[in-house]
Amino acid sequence: MALFEVNDLNVKFQTNDGTVSAVNGVTFKVNEGDTLAIVGESGSGKSQTAFAAIGLLARNGRASGSVKWDGQEILNLPEAKLNKIRSSEIAMIFQDPMTSLNPFMRVSEQMEEVLTLHRGMSRRAARTECVRMLDAVRIPDANARITMYPHEFSGGMRQRIMIAMSLLCRPRLLIADEPTTALDVTVQAQIMDLLRDIKDEFNTALILITHDLGIVAGSCERTMVMYGGRIMERGTTAEIFATPTHPYTLGLLEAVPRLDRKEDVLPTIPGEPPDMMKGFVGCPFEPRCPLAIDLCKAEAPALEWFSDSRVRACHRKPEDVA
Amino acid sequence: MLSFILRRLAIAIPTLLILVVFSYVIMYAAPGGPFDMERTLPPEVMANLEAKYGLDKPLIVQMWNYVYNVVVHFDFGPSFMYKDQTVNDIVSQGFPVTLTYGFWSFVVATVVGMSLGIMAAVYHNSWLDYVAVGISIGAQVLPNFVMAPILVLIFTLWLGWLPGGGWQGGQWQYIVMPVIALSTSFMASIARLTRSSMLEVLNANYIRTARAKGLPMRRVIFRHALKPALLPVISYLGPAFVGMITGSVVIDMYFSTGGIGVFFVNSALNRDYSVIMGITILTGALTVLFNLVVDILYAWIDPKIRY
Repeated sequence: MALFEVNDLNVKFQTNDGTVSAVNGVTFKVNEGDTLAIVGESGSGKSQTAFAAIGLLARNGRASGSVKWDGQEILNLPEAKLNKIRSSEIAMIFQDPMTSLNPFMRVSEQMEEVLTLHRGMSRRAARTECVRMLDAVRIPDANARITMYPHEFSGGMRQRIMIAMSLLCRPRLLIADEPTTALDVTVQAQIMDLLRDIKDEFNTALILITHDLGIVAGSCERTMVMYGGRIMERGTTAEIFATPTHPYTLGLLEAVPRLDRKEDVLPTIPGEPPDMMKGFVGCPFEPRCPLAIDLCKAEAPALEWFSDSRVRACHRKPEDVA
Repeated sequence: MLSFILRRLAIAIPTLLILVVFSYVIMYAAPGGPFDMERTLPPEVMANLEAKYGLDKPLIVQMWNYVYNVVVHFDFGPSFMYKDQTVNDIVSQGFPVTLTYGFWSFVVATVVGMSLGIMAAVYHNSWLDYVAVGISIGAQVLPNFVMAPILVLIFTLWLGWLPGGGWQGGQWQYIVMPVIALSTSFMASIARLTRSSMLEVLNANYIRTARAKGLPMRRVIFRHALKPALLPVISYLGPAFVGMITGSVVIDMYFSTGGIGVFFVNSALNRDYSVIMGITILTGALTVLFNLVVDILYAWIDPKIRY
C-alpha cells in the first residue's frame, strides 16, 4: 500500500470572473521514503495539487477526487481531523521563507507550539527539542538565536527554520513547495543539500514542487511534469531526463542552461502559459507545441502507460518527440 | 524606549504651544466678544470689563500672560460667562463625567467592535458575516442625536427601566444610555476596521503555515492572526479614545450629564475665551498623549518597530 495516493484530483476555484480549473485529474503515488518532483511553470497547478491534498486551499477553492494517506481517505476531511495529520504525519514548507514565518512571534514560540500541541510536551522539553532540530539544520548558535524574531534571520536561515519546524514531529512525508525559489543560488544549493541529508536521516518521503529542473536531477528519483493543471508525463527522473517523450518536457529540458553547450541565446518555449479561465477542449500545451497536430486541438490526450514506470499524455508517438 | 518616550514628550511642548497660538488667533478673529450682548453696554463699563479681564492689552501680551499663568500657576483663568467659576472648576467638574461615560463607551465599542469584526472575518461570506456587517453599517449611519431620543423612548418612556437623564455622581443607571448612544458609531468603525484587516491577515502566508502545522483554528486566529490584525485598529483607537473621553455635546445635552462637551460648545457660542482655550488644550494634550500610547503599543505588538 502506498503511503500517499492521489487519484483523479480536481481543483476548481470560484472567482468573480468564473470558474478556474486549476488541477485536472492528477494521479500519483508516493511510497515510504520516496522522492517525487512535481515540475511545471507558474500556474501549472503543482502547488494547488499539494494544497488541496492537505486541505490548505484558499476559501474559494473546491477539491474533488481522492487523496489517501496510509490507505485512509483524507480529501476534504473536517479541519479537526486534518489537524491530526498535518505536521505530525505530513509537513509542508513553503516558497517564500520571508513571509511564511509569523513576523510577530518569536521563532521559539512558533516552533514549540508544534510540540506542545501535537506531542503534549512541556515548554521546557519542547525548547530543548527545538534547539536540537535547529542544530540539525545547521543554524549556528541555535540556543541563543531561537528566541529571536524571523526578521532577524537571513532568507536562507529562515528556510532552515521552516525545515526544522516541519520536521519536529518526524513527519513521514515532507512537501516542499518551491523551497529554494526565493533564495540566492549558493543558498539554494545549501538548502537542497540539507533536504537530501534530512530525507536520509529521518527516512522522510519527499515531494519537491519546483520549476527548476536543475535541482530535480540530483534530488528526486521520480518526476512528474505538469502543465495547465494536467499531468504531461511521469516517470523516473533518469528516464525523463535522458529520453523525454513529451514535447513540453523536451522544451523545459532545452531551456535549462548547460555548461557543456555554447549558446548565445538560451532556448525558450514560445508563447505564454495558458489562461486557466478558459477551459480546454484539447491538450493545454497545443498552442505552444511545435509538434501539434489537428487532433491535439480537438481532443485532450489521455494519460497512458508507456512503460512499466512511465505515463505520458500526448497524441504524438514517443519516437516522434525525441 | 525610555528616551523615545522622553523625546516625544519634549516634542509635545512646542506642539501644544502652536495649538495655543493658532486657537488664540482664530478665536480672536471670530467676530464678537464675551461681553457683547443684545443690549450694548455703555462704553465705560465695557472698557472696565475689558481691563479687568486683560482684554485691552495687545493680543501678543494676552497670549503671553495666558501661557505664563498656565505654565507657572496651572491657572487657566476665570470663565467669562460663569462669573464665579474658573476654567479649572469647570473642567474638574465636567471632565470626570465625560471621562466616566467616555471610558465605558470605549470599552464597549472596542470589545463589541473587535468581536464583531473578528467573527465577520473568520466566517467570511457566511450569514454571520452579513449580520455583523449589517449591524455595523446600521450603527454607523445612526447618528447619536437620533440614537439618544430612541433610547429614551424605549428605556425610559416605554419600559421605564432607566432614568431619562441626569448624572447623580455617575450611578450605573445614568451611565447606560449615554454609553450606548456614544459608543455605537465608534463600535461600527472598529468592527469594519477589524474585519478588513483580519481578512487580509488570514490570507497571509504565515497563516497558511500555521494551518499546515495542524494548529486548531482558534489558536491560528488568536495566537497568529490577532496581533497583526489589530495594528490598524489600534492606530484608530488612540484618537477614538480621546474623542470619547472628551465627551459629546449631544450626549451632554440630551441626558443632562453635565460633561465638558456641552461647555465646549456653549463657550464657543458665547466667546468664553478662557473656557474655549482650556478645553482645547485638554483635548490637544490628551491627543498627543494617546498618540504616544498608540506608538508604544505598536512597538509592543510589532517586533520590527524599535525606537
